Amino acid sequence: MSAPFSIQCFTCAKCKRLFNASAEQNAMVINNSTGAVVCQGCAEPGNTSSLAPYLQMIQEATMAIPKHVPVKPRDLEAQTSQTTRQNQQEKSIRIYETMTQLNIMDRILYDAQRQGRIAFYMTNSGEEGNHVGSAAALEDQDLIYGQYREVGVLMWRGFPVDQFMHQCYGNSKDLGKGKQMPIHYGSQEHNFVMISSPLSTQMPQAVGSAYAFKRQPNNSRVVCVYFGDGGASEGDAHAAFNFAATLDCPIIFFCRNNGYAISTPTTEQYGGDGIAGQGPGYGLHTIRVDGNDLFAVYNATRRARKLALSNKPVLIEAMTYRLGHHSTSDDSTTYRSADEVQKWGSGDHPIERFKAYLMEKGWWTEQREQEWALQVRERVLTAFAASEKIQRAPYHEMFEGVYDKLPAPLRRQRQELDDHLAEFGTHYPLDRHLKKY
Amino acid sequence: MALRNIALLCGRTRGVLATRGAAHFNFQPTEAPKEYGEERTKMNLCQAVNNAMDIAMATDPSAILFGEDVAFGGVFRCSLGLKDKYGSDRVFNTPLCEQGIAGFGIGVAVAGSTAIAEIQFGDYIFPAYDQLVNEAAKYRYRSGGLFECGKLTVRATWGAVGHGALYHSQSPEANFTHTPGIKVVVPRGPTQAKGLLLSCIRDDNPAIFFEPKILYRLAAEEVPTGDFMIPLSKAETVRSGKDVTIVSWGTQVHVSLEAAQLAQEKLGVSVEVIDLQTIQPWDEEHIVQSVKKTGRLIVSHEAPKTSGFGAEIAAAIQERCFLHLESPVARSCGWDTPFPHVYEPFYLPTVWRVFDSIKKTVNF
Repeated sequence: MSAPFSIQCFTCAKCKRLFNASAEQNAMVINNSTGAVVCQGCAEPGNTSSLAPYLQMIQEATMAIPKHVPVKPRDLEAQTSQTTRQNQQEKSIRIYETMTQLNIMDRILYDAQRQGRIAFYMTNSGEEGNHVGSAAALEDQDLIYGQYREVGVLMWRGFPVDQFMHQCYGNSKDLGKGKQMPIHYGSQEHNFVMISSPLSTQMPQAVGSAYAFKRQPNNSRVVCVYFGDGGASEGDAHAAFNFAATLDCPIIFFCRNNGYAISTPTTEQYGGDGIAGQGPGYGLHTIRVDGNDLFAVYNATRRARKLALSNKPVLIEAMTYRLGHHSTSDDSTTYRSADEVQKWGSGDHPIERFKAYLMEKGWWTEQREQEWALQVRERVLTAFAASEKIQRAPYHEMFEGVYDKLPAPLRRQRQELDDHLAEFGTHYPLDRHLKKY
Repeated sequence: MALRNIALLCGRTRGVLATRGAAHFNFQPTEAPKEYGEERTKMNLCQAVNNAMDIAMATDPSAILFGEDVAFGGVFRCSLGLKDKYGSDRVFNTPLCEQGIAGFGIGVAVAGSTAIAEIQFGDYIFPAYDQLVNEAAKYRYRSGGLFECGKLTVRATWGAVGHGALYHSQSPEANFTHTPGIKVVVPRGPTQAKGLLLSCIRDDNPAIFFEPKILYRLAAEEVPTGDFMIPLSKAETVRSGKDVTIVSWGTQVHVSLEAAQLAQEKLGVSVEVIDLQTIQPWDEEHIVQSVKKTGRLIVSHEAPKTSGFGAEIAAAIQERCFLHLESPVARSCGWDTPFPHVYEPFYLPTVWRVFDSIKKTVNF
């Protein structure tokens, strides 16, 4: 059995004396400014780090995940010195209404997929708090990049319910003109970049945008990029963290750690201390919050925004739980217990927790709850029914947007399709599409 | 006229395209040759893949299967039961990272163990592109044969599924056929999936096996239960004919078969349909012999037309069979756009587009 590698003897870089390090523990130190190994006698006071007498692996950090504590009424951190109690109340109610509207819309659209009315859907159940809490702490001009489970963020920004519907139906009023699957939202007006399915590709992109903003005179915009515990394993996440830190970008990395990447639990996703544990390694200001605590999310994002605006990138890891299935193509009962879901759903729901706060403040009542639920349901169902009737865009739209202008060979392909449909059109669902805009 | 013909002619079947979930084709089962084994059982493509992996792992103790979500059975259930049977050291989830899955798989193979690496959707294979193109494909060549990763097989889902849009429908084979050193294989049904996958796993070259996701449940037939392999780089004539040759692979073989049937009934044209099976290295000789017989060739694939593998076949055939050709080689493919969501029925090379192509080819 060989002895562990150890540095037995040192020579002080300054006085050149020889020291037996294992016999004289702490005899040697490292000079922080020069990196030289010197003896205590030659060390500059206050400018040294201790030298381990033998090779020592850094123990894995064991940053404990904050234990869930019941919500104590707390106020939103003041956005400006002019924030009044009235503003607090209005904002809090608006936050709650957004979270609950999202929850109701999710249920309706999930059922719609089950009924075969839309092709696909992903819910946001259990994550309403981390969406709206972070969105409410940002400014409207901040650019947002999402993964696919951040509907509450877009909803907070004011994306109308009927636009969500149009996108799910892919009809002619969909901003994306029906090219993408449902839930792939985006809105230039609301500074929310169009979602794409590949994971984490948005992360380095977000950093690039942040850098471009930094170069604008009097920049007042940060970028906030959302991703999940699974997405954080992609190579693009590493690239993004590293670029943000080395290039001092005004960006907030918001990780929704919801416990699962489809069926893969976090125990199989990383070996270290979550995503937050990686942040300091890259040089990012890092905070881990209880993602189901609206205040924690809001206040952390507020603080992060301030840092980011001074070009110090921040990583927020919001611990939460994915109550729903990954998507309508998933059945999570095959890999997790009903008990586990129940425990989170009834014991730690962001909506319930925030509601308790509002009720205690006297800003919300059970009666208001019932009225609101009916109002939202009707709004959503009306939008849904209307959207279903709207036809799809003309099929020529399929050829648009490949490039800024339609290239000649593609125009010939479009003509080829036109000619084909002239003869065989009865075999195609032309009646579902507008003839022209 | 047969009821089926009436349905086809009045477009009712194709009208079904408008209904959510209905496929744009009918799966045509084939009967497996006797030499693959007498004992058979009904399997769909997903079960056939599962069966192939089961046999591979039973016969090769070094074989391991890994990727995203494979432990619980996989998002398409292709790995169902394998973790329980072979243990979590042999069937396991990796972190969510395709470049990692590919690189890791190469390393497993270099160390002499058999790696079955799953990429959940072919659309997500691109982070792994560097590893596959620059490493896997070149390992043997660049080392004078000292090192190789032939024990690597990458499985990825593939092709149109009805509502997959840009990122759940792609057919990325041409991105890899352009790279010498890697094999690319696409099965058209359960029997082919089992036999070809076993061949890929046991072949001494890194291979990418694309599984048509729309066929996982939809394609079911009697599949031999034993250990059998279908040779790589061998095309199969699925329907004999003398007037026109159609070459296709995967789901599109079934579309081509329907178009061929229509051509027979409506035009009296005899169409030969060939399933290429191995896209690279492809069975050029088999196609040449067919085209020398028919004098007319159509290649049909879902992937966009420009630089699709049809372009390679067309170029090679006009080189080899120029004087035999009665008409230009036609390609009935996806348009040169990203794969669109609601426009899918207009995007795909449907039965009617292939039929249209046959008509134009014989009337040239």
